[in-house]
Amino acid sequence: MALSELDVLAGLAELVNDETGIAADAVQMDKSFTDDLDIDSISMMTIVVNAEDKFGVKIPDEEVKNLITVADAVKYITANQG
Amino acid sequence: MKQLKQTTPVQFSKIYSLGAARGERSVTNDEISGPIDSSDEWIRQRTGIVTRRRAESKTSLMDLSVSAAKEAIEKSKVNPAEIDAVILATISFPYQTPSGATLLAELVGATDAAAYDISAACAGYCYGIAQADSLIRSGTARYVLVVGAEKLSDFIDPTDRSISFLLGDGAGAAVVGPSDHAGISKTVWGSDGSNWDKVGMTGSLIDFRDGKLPWPTLVQEGQSVFRWAVWEMVKVAKEALKESGLEPADLAALVTHQANVRIIDEFAKQLGLPDTVVVAKDIVDTGNTSAASIPLAMHRLLAEGQVKSGGYALQIGFGAGLAYAAQVVELP
Repeated sequence: MALSELDVLAGLAELVNDETGIAADAVQMDKSFTDDLDIDSISMMTIVVNAEDKFGVKIPDEEVKNLITVADAVKYITANQG
Repeated sequence: MKQLKQTTPVQFSKIYSLGAARGERSVTNDEISGPIDSSDEWIRQRTGIVTRRRAESKTSLMDLSVSAAKEAIEKSKVNPAEIDAVILATISFPYQTPSGATLLAELVGATDAAAYDISAACAGYCYGIAQADSLIRSGTARYVLVVGAEKLSDFIDPTDRSISFLLGDGAGAAVVGPSDHAGISKTVWGSDGSNWDKVGMTGSLIDFRDGKLPWPTLVQEGQSVFRWAVWEMVKVAKEALKESGLEPADLAALVTHQANVRIIDEFAKQLGLPDTVVVAKDIVDTGNTSAASIPLAMHRLLAEGQVKSGGYALQIGFGAGLAYAAQVVELP
């Protein structure tokens, strides 16, 4: 069954917490990965690869550049999940 | 009709010895952070590098190569005149031709050796070990000198935030020869030309000559390279380990190309090695020296007593091409 945006947000927040130690409840839809959460490009890619595994979705390198906010990632994953 | 004669194969090969040379200067993060609008903390956090070794302008790639090669030859106790082949892995020898290897052979006394350069970037040393192993076991050569050497500081842009600030200068050398037991496992290697442009130069020498571009320097798409270097290369490392017939717990060390501490850490995590396996991190104060990084890192582990001769190390090189190679070797 496809996950809702809220489910994806919760799962993504766990992955961000695992990689960076940022509290899961700080990972909110309107936050920017770089500017608000201070996640660097290497951590971002680690989160992306782990998100691919967790949600059964492919996130190509060229798409990663478009994932500016948490909402961008949640919407992409929700729309493309396997 | 007379039968053609071919060489008599030799069953096993191994690395006899290693040699190392690093650029004379330790360049701090503070020294290079200005032009990239960065800081010591930013560089340490993203790369794990504290200082990188760079050569003085008077010191050439050949000087570094000769220094490392002479140490390896002396330790091997092989007469340099008996070396049959010299392989120089480099991307920064500043002549299109002749090769650096022929001059290196002459300068270390390996006169008459077959000599050639290989261009496989950060995979170059492991490509060289694969070739040395094959040359020896086929009976084509008895002793082979493999050198990975770079003077990357000739090809950096101080304002580049993608790769230049990682890079250092150095050379690592290995003497490889026949053995009474297996010392080099089957090499798992390959390339991915569909990502030819992910790591490389800002342009060609023709563009530079024609005034279309400034002096070509190194550049990379770091995020894409990171994904490939960890998650794709871990598969290659696992395959190399399988081909060697060993289990992770049989290894004494993991010596990856010293690209970035973040890559090394994630690589080791994904590979799932036990704590008993030493993970080489020479990069912290040597920087990324491309083809030289694996022999430099292995030489250091041995010199500091972190691993012992006779143990096994999984070594894997990966980089521009994209090109990669991995094998398990017995530590000399």
